Amino acid sequence: MSEEKPDLIDVQINGEWHKFPKGTRMIEACRAVGADVPHYCYHPKLTSPGNCRMCLVEMGMPPRPRPGEDPPEPDEDGHLPIGWMPRPAIACANTIAPNMGIRTTGELTEGCRKGVMELLLANHPLDCPICDQAGECTLQEYSVEHGKSESRFRERKVKKPKNVEVGPRIRLDDERCIMCSRCIRFTDEIADDPVLGFTDRGSHTVLTVYPGRELANNYSLNTVDICPVGALTSNDFRFQMRVWFMKEVKTIDTNCGTGCNITVFSRQGKIYRITPRQNNDVNSDWMPDSHRLNFHWIDSEARLTEPLIKLGDSHKPAAWTEAIALASDKLNGIDGSEIAIIASARMTNEELFMVDRLSKHLKVGHVDTVARKGENDGYLISEDRNPNTNGVKLILGLDDPGSQIEAIKEGIDQGRIKALISLQENLIDDAGFTAETLQKLDFFVHSYPLANPTADLADVVLPGACWAEKSGTMINVTGRLQRLNEAVDAPGQTLTPWEIVRDLIQATGGGNGIYSVTDIFNQLSAEVSEFDGITWGQIGDLGVPLIETGVTIPLLEREKERIAQGIIVG
Amino acid sequence: MAIVCERPKLKWWEHLYLPALAKGMRVTLGHFFKIVSGKKKVTMQYPEEKWDDHMPEHYRGAPALVTDEQDRERCVACQLCEFICPPRAITIHPEEIPSDDKWAKVEKRPQSFDIDMIRCIYCGLCEEVCPEQAIFLRKDYAITGTSRAEMVHDKSKLYEIGGKRVGLVNKWNELK
Repeated sequence: MSEEKPDLIDVQINGEWHKFPKGTRMIEACRAVGADVPHYCYHPKLTSPGNCRMCLVEMGMPPRPRPGEDPPEPDEDGHLPIGWMPRPAIACANTIAPNMGIRTTGELTEGCRKGVMELLLANHPLDCPICDQAGECTLQEYSVEHGKSESRFRERKVKKPKNVEVGPRIRLDDERCIMCSRCIRFTDEIADDPVLGFTDRGSHTVLTVYPGRELANNYSLNTVDICPVGALTSNDFRFQMRVWFMKEVKTIDTNCGTGCNITVFSRQGKIYRITPRQNNDVNSDWMPDSHRLNFHWIDSEARLTEPLIKLGDSHKPAAWTEAIALASDKLNGIDGSEIAIIASARMTNEELFMVDRLSKHLKVGHVDTVARKGENDGYLISEDRNPNTNGVKLILGLDDPGSQIEAIKEGIDQGRIKALISLQENLIDDAGFTAETLQKLDFFVHSYPLANPTADLADVVLPGACWAEKSGTMINVTGRLQRLNEAVDAPGQTLTPWEIVRDLIQATGGGNGIYSVTDIFNQLSAEVSEFDGITWGQIGDLGVPLIETGVTIPLLEREKERIAQGIIVG
Repeated sequence: MAIVCERPKLKWWEHLYLPALAKGMRVTLGHFFKIVSGKKKVTMQYPEEKWDDHMPEHYRGAPALVTDEQDRERCVACQLCEFICPPRAITIHPEEIPSDDKWAKVEKRPQSFDIDMIRCIYCGLCEEVCPEQAIFLRKDYAITGTSRAEMVHDKSKLYEIGGKRVGLVNKWNELK
């Protein structure tokens, strides 16, 4: 978007005059004034081939005077009369023009929609009862609005391939496909993996994957999201749950520093699927498959559900009060300089703030988090695989998170560090700790969602909630403050990490007065200067820019270019 | 708008209520003597005697699943009955039909289908909503059990009650 005020032009939509910037698509202008135009092939983030014909509307321009005829007179508002065209126009690929008239209702438009629906349904199978898209299918929705209850076609429906494996994660049903080509354009334009295409002609057209190739790129499941019907379905979600049963919670992805905005779909405390949620400053409309499918461990058998205390060689279940009291007794008996805290950059700002409180209260000598580095995939996955490294830097005041881990290992080996509090990090698998090192500790407290080798060695194991079970805020790689929302209840007696740390502070004789995440956020915004003046409600669903980091997200940069070139709407 | 009901004007002898009482007594005593003399029988010796033969066509008893002519389970686990069920008595877990199955083209079937008969209110909405004509309310009414678990009808029990239902729409039998 350019900084100077864009040229505004007058357009009449359903009899009312509105002003829109030059170059706006007709469909977007109509949407802006609440006159939604039904569409299948159009997607703001993809090119507009205009092939579904569902968005046909009645359009008119001021009549051109014949030679010798006077030009039409504008009325008192400066609008010229509109000469309605006998043919309809597609709203998705046409831009508005000065003094244009659009009618999204009326006989012509309604007639076009009815006709298009009848042809789309001519060969569509009646398998809504088994189709995963049922309930969120635009073909179903528009069929209710613009379709007929019975088909006038007496021919048999065309048979096409069903239940085709087009990739490791995706199943294709060609009979359901309405040839909108969104998936083809996505794989070509966004994922740079053009493996899909149409073959054959007329009513025998089928969507196919290139011979010998498969739709296997790490962004392939986005095609399932944008498929307006049930032609492409996710193997992972296939027949798991009907969409109308599920509760949707807006939250963010925590698999990398980008913090893709997501919607978590759950029913009765079980997560069934995760879909990306539009945020043009973070993830556009997309998310990687690897992050989307990384949720099955949340309701696995390995979840810790109650606090455990080590007795001899084995752990026994204990009450929270018992476990916390034991931990605080032991910690109070050890000098602060001999205690180390390893927190996690997967924790929220609020949790890190409580960790900071705890470390200051116990006068802890070493505080650090575990760094996770990977490769930037050139799309959405950041090289920082921790979701809140910027939060760690701001709140714990660490310049280079992860740099002291080796020093802590050495300190334990040399006996300088006697107690370790490890919060939400599996030290043996993720931070390179060895069992020998951890066994040298006098006292070891560990909180984690899952049973793991580190927990086997801990004196006190505390079940800590995972990302889907807690609320809080995180700062992504671009410096955007985003909100995490609780989607499902934590299993058993699991507590959120901030509650665990609060209880530890309280039991070791520290102050309290904190009862909710928003309490912590308020204190945080009062104490950390970068958060100054930001309120919990202000962050909203899309987050707010907090700090400048200079990091950009490659996919978004390419999208901005395409918007600037006018290829896509954005 | 309020509706005004006129009370009937009673004659003086009607105010006494004695004629009405006598009329009532005549009906009661009539039945009494008919039963005492054995001319009429009103009680049924349940459970030796049952109503089953007199059950009206529209009677709504236990819901049950049915199979079609080829013994295919008609239910495709669309879960619409689970959705519509007012007391939430139905719980369905769908599964994919394996590709080597005879009916693999149908793709989906219930892995488990439970109806909690303690919850069921016999409203018949499941039958009404079913797009596959797979669930029907049968005439079974004596649903008993000695534990809560026994009162939950699972898939095999539901097919046992339902049996085979012929002459219905068989859309999946078409070439697919």
